[in-house]
Order: sequence, then C-alpha cells, then structure tokens
Amino acid sequence: MDRIILLQSPFHPVYPVTMSISQATYIIIGAAALLVFLSVMVLALTWLERKALARIQMRMGPMRVGFHGALQPIADAMKLVSKEDILPSWADRRVYWLAPLAVFIPAFLLWVTIPVARDVALANLDLGLFYIVAISVLSVMGLVMAGWSSANKYAMLGGLRAAGQLVSYEIPFIMAILAVAMLAQTLNLREIVAAQSTFAYALILPLSVFLFLTAGLAELGRTPFDIHHAESEVVGGPFVEYSGAHWAVFFLAEYINTFTIAALTALLFLGGWGWPTMPFDGLAHSALSVLWFMLKTYAVILVIFWIRGTYPRLRIDQLMAFGWKLLVPLSFINIVLVGVVMFYGLPLWVLSLLSVVTLAVTFYIIVRNAGTRMERNTVSVYSAASLRR
Amino acid sequence: MQLQQQPTEQADALDLMVNMGPQHPSTHGVFRVVIWVDGERIARAEPHIGYLHRGSEKLCEGELYSQIITLFDRLDYVGNLNCELAFVLAAEKLMSIEVPERAEYIRIILSELNRIASHMLFYGVYGLDVGAMTPVLYGFRERERIQELFESVTGARMMHNYFRIGGVKDDLPDDFPQRMRRLMEQLNQGIAECDELLSQNEMFLARTKGIGAISAQDALDFGMTGPALRASGVPEDVRISEPYGIYDRFDFGIPVGTYGDCWDRYYVRVEEMRQSMRIIEQAMAQMEPGPIMASDRRIARPRPPKGEVYVRTESPRGDFAVFLVSDGSDKPYRVKVRAPSFANLQAFKHLLRDAYVADAVVILGSIDIILGEVDR
Repeated sequence: MDRIILLQSPFHPVYPVTMSISQATYIIIGAAALLVFLSVMVLALTWLERKALARIQMRMGPMRVGFHGALQPIADAMKLVSKEDILPSWADRRVYWLAPLAVFIPAFLLWVTIPVARDVALANLDLGLFYIVAISVLSVMGLVMAGWSSANKYAMLGGLRAAGQLVSYEIPFIMAILAVAMLAQTLNLREIVAAQSTFAYALILPLSVFLFLTAGLAELGRTPFDIHHAESEVVGGPFVEYSGAHWAVFFLAEYINTFTIAALTALLFLGGWGWPTMPFDGLAHSALSVLWFMLKTYAVILVIFWIRGTYPRLRIDQLMAFGWKLLVPLSFINIVLVGVVMFYGLPLWVLSLLSVVTLAVTFYIIVRNAGTRMERNTVSVYSAASLRR
Repeated sequence: MQLQQQPTEQADALDLMVNMGPQHPSTHGVFRVVIWVDGERIARAEPHIGYLHRGSEKLCEGELYSQIITLFDRLDYVGNLNCELAFVLAAEKLMSIEVPERAEYIRIILSELNRIASHMLFYGVYGLDVGAMTPVLYGFRERERIQELFESVTGARMMHNYFRIGGVKDDLPDDFPQRMRRLMEQLNQGIAECDELLSQNEMFLARTKGIGAISAQDALDFGMTGPALRASGVPEDVRISEPYGIYDRFDFGIPVGTYGDCWDRYYVRVEEMRQSMRIIEQAMAQMEPGPIMASDRRIARPRPPKGEVYVRTESPRGDFAVFLVSDGSDKPYRVKVRAPSFANLQAFKHLLRDAYVADAVVILGSIDIILGEVDR
C-alpha cells in the first residue's frame, strides 16, 4: 500500500483522508528544511537587530562571541534552552505549556506558501494570500492563552491588550493585501510577483504600503505598537512568567513574524525577485532570486528596527483610535480607489497619483490636527533678575 | 485563575487589582502602587512607600557632624552633592562659619553639574517610561561624562563625601579648567541632541501632553516644589527666593511651564539643564585661586552652639531642606530632612485621576522621585 491514512472517522469510513508516501516524505523533509531555514533567519535577525539598534544608540552591540558577536545568537539560544522552565503554581498547566506552540505553529505555517524564489517554496498555493491571512490571525489565540494561563495580572492585561490590538489591526492589514490581490487578479504569491515585473506595486499603491507596514507593525507588536508586552507597563505582558525554552519559542515566533511581514512586503509591494530585473534562468535564476528577495526583505527589516530605535510607545486608546479612525477608513478608501481605476480601465499612474494624494492629505490632516490640538512648547524661561525683588 | 478581587468603597467590585512594584521596572526604585483597573483605566490607586527606609535621620544623631555628610550622599543618590550642600550649609549657619570664596564657587559648579547629571538620568529613564529605548543611552552618555569629572575632583563617581563644613575636601585638580571646557562643549551639544531626539516627537507629545495635569493651586497645596511645581506655572526657586551660597551673583533663568502636565514637567527639566550650564559658565569665569577651607579651628571637630537651624536648598527635585538641632555636643540632637521627592509624591494619587494604566508610569516618571530620599 503506497498510501498512508491520516484521518479516518469511524462514522464516515468511506472517505478516509490519505496521503501518498512520497507526499509524506516531502512534507517531513520540507518542514524540517523550513524549520532550519527559519531558525537560521531568526538567529541572523536577532544579531542584526542588536547591531542595528546599537548603531542607533552609539553602542557596539555584541562584540565578544565570534567576529563582531556573530555567534552571540547561538550562545543566547544555548543559554535559553539550558534554563529552567518555571511553572507558576497558580498557572493553568495545560494551557500554559500549549500557548507557546499556539503562537509558534501559525508563524511557522505561514512559511509553507511564502516563496523565496520563483521555484523555491514548499507549496505554491493558489489561495496563498487567503491562506496567509487565515493563518496569521491564529497567533492571537496563543497570546491570550499565555496571558490567561499565567495567573499573573500583568500577563493577563498584556494578553487582553494583544487580543484587542491584533483583532483591530487585522482589518487594515487584510484590506491592504486585498488591494494587491485586486490589482494582480490572483491570490497566488508567485503570480503576484510575476505581475510586478514591470512596476513594483509600491509605486502604484503607496497607500497600501503605508497601511500594510503600519498594520503589520501592530500585528507584530513592535515599537511603536509594542503595547501588549510593554516592559515599562506590563513587564513583558503575556510572556512575563515564561522562562527558558518556552520563552525562546515565543521569541522565535515573534522574530519569524517580523521576518514574515518583511518578506510579504518584499513580495507584495517591492516586486519580490522579479523587479526591477531578473535576466537569468534556471539555477542562476533561483540563486539570484533568493539573494534579491533577501536584500529587499532585510531592507524592510532594517526599517522596522530603525523605527524601534526611534519612537516611543503609543497608549492603548491611542492605538485603537489610530486603527479604527484612521487606518480602517483609509484602507476602505484604498480599496475604492483601486476598484474605480480598474473598473474604468484607467492607466495605473492614475492610481499611483490618487494614492499619493490620499496619503499626503491624510498626513496633512494629522499634522494640522496635532498642531491645533496642542501648543508645542508651553515652557517659558523667566530671568532671575525679573524674579529677584 | 483567581483574580483576587478586592471590593472596597471607592473601587468597583469588578475592578482588577494590580500590584505595581516594589519589583516593577518603572517604579524608579522600590516604590509600590496598588491600582484597581477598570479595563485600561485606573479606578483607584494606593501608593505605598517605605521599602527603602534606612533610618537615615536617626543614624545622623549617632554620628559626628563631619561623618554625617556621607549619610546625606545616600539620600538623593542621583543628586548627591546637592544633598551634601544642604547639610554643610545648615551646619555652617549654626556655627556661623564663613566659607572661602573659592570653596563657594567649587560647590556651586559641582552642584549645578550634579543637577544636570540628575536631569540627564531623568531624561533617559523618562524615555524608557514612554517606551522609547534610545534616549536612555543618550542621557547616560552625558551623565557619564559628568561623573568622570566628579571622579577626577572628588575621587568617587557617586558617593562623593566631598563638601566639608567650612569648605570642600580638596582643591580642584590642575587640569580642571581644560576638562571643564571640554565637558561644557560636550554637554551643550549633548543637551541639544537629547532635546532634539525626544521633546518634539509626535508620539512623545501624544503620550505626555495633557497627561497628569495639576493646577498651580493644587500643586502648592500638595507641597510640591522644584521642577514639578514650576511646571504648573509657579516661578518658585529657592536659588532665587531665598538665595544660599553665592547664587545671587549669577544671571540665569527659571523655566516655568503652563499646564503642569507631564510634558511641562519634562521640559522644565530640559530647560533647567541649559540654565545650569549658564550658571557654571559664569562661575568658571568668576572663580579665582584661594583657600578652600575656612581657617576656623572649630571645624576640626564641629560642636555647634546650642540652637536650631532650618536651611532650604534647591536640589534637582525641589526644595531640599535640613532642620538641624544642636544641643552643643559634637553630635546633632536631631536632623530632619524635608525631602522634595516625598512631598512631590503626595500628589501622585491626585495626578492618577482618570489615567490609563500606561499613564501611571508616565506620570510617576515625570515627578522624578528618588526613593532614597522619599524613605530616608
């Protein structure tokens, strides 16, 4: 028998879910390869983040382990794995141990369909974008589970914050993706990249890029939206009680997500491996594609780190207001713009122009409102002479 | 999971009690505040102090006058020299000792530098409180430079024990003017950089403008002093209203806020650093060589005459006053410290009205308490 039965319900024995052995082998090997790939990427990311932040902050960053601290991530990983896993006595044991996996598995599953080159992906799903949207929502569950099961009030506040934040920002996030899908007329990531061979969508849809990156940062919980694990307020939020390997799994998931958002930006808006040019074919095509794709991804990641080094954190109500009052309406406007341009068959530069104008008007309104809302400098200096009698 | 709901008169039975501190990263030491939150809003807050109580005031009663200076170092451990200054001024007033000119200048220069160092620490930590991770490194860079200078002068980076009743311990090192010139350049640039990095950041404004506002009258009623009071629009500064040392010789400004919100409290301190720089510049220009200790035999083992004295000084946090009672022996009968942080902290509960959980941290940071001084 060359098929293995994965699932057979006793009530419906007629339709067992089966899989060929070659398929099973492919999945096992592929998943293992993906895990290795993502782990390496996360290690690189942590090193890069520490170095990039250090540069912003006039420091050297890690310098001791390996050349310029290149082996630091490995040392950190070993330290984390060798630490004790602490279970708080009040914790809900099963949920507590499951939560890291509930965060990690969706983050990992996303990469099943994300291609790093035209011919390099585990599965080229026709509903790739849909799959990504569907899976990415799942990780909220893990954060809420972690927050609730820790029996810690900081953790619970953090978990609930995460739930509110992530659910609110799903809408602009998906809407920004939707604009791309409308333009490319496909949900297949490979074809979306192919559709950008002449113009990257960042040029046509700057509004979408803004929405995607902003909502993406909020989805990631990165500065300025790192509200659910704000160290100065909820002391790490849902992760506050975790230690050792379980904490490391959260950490891994967080960095995989960062990498995912950057990779998706590269694929959806920066033209992936195809744009501006990819003259080769065959193996050279794949190799150069990976390089090109990685360059773009890491460029986006550096922007994310740069923002982290620069901005303070928003408050939860400000975050919600920003999401619901600004990003959600903007994302609908964005869809309407794309729809109008496509329906009337207008040239794409019209869309590009409209998009830029909308962005400019939005920023103008924000700045004007901020300017009228508050006086910038309310501190005046009295001279000592005027105060001395 | 147990939620430990604590129904009280003020707080709703459904409010969640969260215990912030004493082991919380943003309570600036071992301060503890119990807050009852309704969602993200604070329904009620109950501050608790006393975790750093070391009985400093009582300890003083068992020490010689010259030994007390080092205890004062440990009150406000970020503005050490300012604390020392208050005590030596009190003792000198009680003994009516005249301090040499040069010692006065050295004291002014060092305590103003210490004010800058303290405000730089505030600046950096405040950045962390609002969630920005870079300011702390900029603030600490400047503070480190000042501490290096302190090390060259007093031999210690923090616990100096440098001021003496009747003067200062040692004269300045030979290369002090050069070091100072370089430090002044660096500080001028550093203060400008810090200001640029955070003060007008849109998100920083959103987090601090209008948060934790207190009116001038309320601030006065709570006994707030220093930058926290001046932010509410009261131009009160002990250096002006009741000058001590030689502060009446300098031309400098008093930054005063308008609304008494977190941003005003923050920016008053940033401006104060610039004004301290002005004082230091003038003092450096006016300072001349001369003796650094009063030539008075009594200072060898001070035995102030029977009596009491109350001396106010302007520490980085406000009105730092010492009440000193002498019974004529070589140990004080009573030392009472009026700590500005302690008085400013009283307003904390009032400031927390209608605040969000995230604001609690920002408001506490803006008062800039030092627990060593609050609990003593």
